[in-house]
Amino acid sequence: MFIIEVKNLVKKFKIKNGEFIAVNNASFYVKKGEIFAFLGTNGAGKTTIIKIITTLLHPTSGEVKLNGFDVVLSPNEARKSFGIVFQDPSLDYKLTAYENMEIHGVLYNLPKDLLKKRIEELLKFVELWDRKDDFVKNFSVGMKRRLEIARGLLHHPKILFLDEPTLGLDPQTRNHIWSYIKDLNIKEEITVFFTTHYIEEAEKVANKVAIIDKGQIIVLDSPQNILEKTNTNSLEEAFIKLTGHSIREERGDSLDKVILRSRFGRS
Amino acid sequence: MKVIYILWLRQIKRYWRSKSRIIGSLMQPLLFLVAFSFGFGPVFEKAGGENYIEFLTPGIIGMSILFTSIFSGIDLIWDKQFGFIKETFVAPVSRYKIILGRILGGATTSSFQGFLVFLVSLLFGFKITKFTSLILGFVFMFLIAFVFASLGTVIASILDDMQGFQLIMSFLVMPTLLFSGAIFPLNNLPEFLKFITQFNPLSYGVDGLRWALISNSYFGGMFDLFVLFSVSLLFVVIATYIFSIIEVK
Repeated sequence: MFIIEVKNLVKKFKIKNGEFIAVNNASFYVKKGEIFAFLGTNGAGKTTIIKIITTLLHPTSGEVKLNGFDVVLSPNEARKSFGIVFQDPSLDYKLTAYENMEIHGVLYNLPKDLLKKRIEELLKFVELWDRKDDFVKNFSVGMKRRLEIARGLLHHPKILFLDEPTLGLDPQTRNHIWSYIKDLNIKEEITVFFTTHYIEEAEKVANKVAIIDKGQIIVLDSPQNILEKTNTNSLEEAFIKLTGHSIREERGDSLDKVILRSRFGRS
Repeated sequence: MKVIYILWLRQIKRYWRSKSRIIGSLMQPLLFLVAFSFGFGPVFEKAGGENYIEFLTPGIIGMSILFTSIFSGIDLIWDKQFGFIKETFVAPVSRYKIILGRILGGATTSSFQGFLVFLVSLLFGFKITKFTSLILGFVFMFLIAFVFASLGTVIASILDDMQGFQLIMSFLVMPTLLFSGAIFPLNNLPEFLKFITQFNPLSYGVDGLRWALISNSYFGGMFDLFVLFSVSLLFVVIATYIFSIIEVK
């Protein structure tokens, strides 16, 4: 019944003098078919958690299961169950849109005929079919994001992870993307797990919201219940009331800090 | 198999689409051929050596393969910076397939580059007598390319930035080239240098090429084959191990 299960998850990074705790004993469960929003400031641990769930980072301790499969013990089974759109692009710019889709299909072992059909279907869905033979390097930010979404859906995943899917996009494209996603949730019964800075988006589309602060989950409920409990009129207000600061407060991404430290040995 | 193939094909497409890279990496070996064959050739022959172009060509082919294959590791660093690595790392495929696709791609393009140098050397008067030696020559070209493409990939897998990679390469590439017998013969070297050359995979690569193309060998062709195979295997195992433990930050 739960398609994502995260239990007592801890992730520590080694830094120059000691450790940095990016995720501090987080537990949460996501039901099949939910649109689940993950809210937190930069550096709260959102991306780290997504990377652990999607097998890119190893947990320090705790248990994560996707579609019933443990991400550490059977990563390949877990990997089959999800599609992901990363915060930073992960396309090959020197290839065409079609070729990027094709590689993905082979990596997920789709039969050739089905792959062809599916690529056409999805590129039409994100309105990139007429640009299928153009190199990705000539695409705009919004087009790249749409292509990534199409690619993430190619293998019929049960869960779609979206890390800041609308970051840096204009309002029109943002609306567009959300209408695709809601559509998918209904038509294909995909569970959607996303992070966002635009708290009003979470309020509009999500049916469950988790707020994370300093590596810990501080609330997990439906938007309505959160408003009721905190006695506020919007999620934005609720967020401030619960965490003591605004979601747009920039504290620097925790992971960025770790990377910078490991690269330069200081900073 | 399909996964290895598509990742191999990706490398080939990327290579084929940057014509400047193909032409660019042909310039250096060409320069070496001109400079050495006209510069050292007469001295080499006066000193009792055979035809210098015959001696030099396998060395220059080896050199151009060394340069292009070891630098093919840089593709992995690009993939880390442009994020494509994440696409392959969240996919439900074994890491060794990702590694093999990459290395085979890099090895194919580099041995093609070596083949181009071989074609150019014909203009400089290089001759081969048998068709079989050409085939055998390809085998060695590919093995050299495979060894150094895997070495480049191993190094790139532990590094995150371009500068670090370039730095290590510049420390590694020149000694590998100079102490391999590519430019001058190994038999007259002082003992300690001879000793060093034994640990250089390129020594066996170039020697194997000479064995195949001009029937002249220092270590023995079969031994060359054996060493190149073993080193390839070793590097692939190391690269797979590293790929299986690295995290993508």
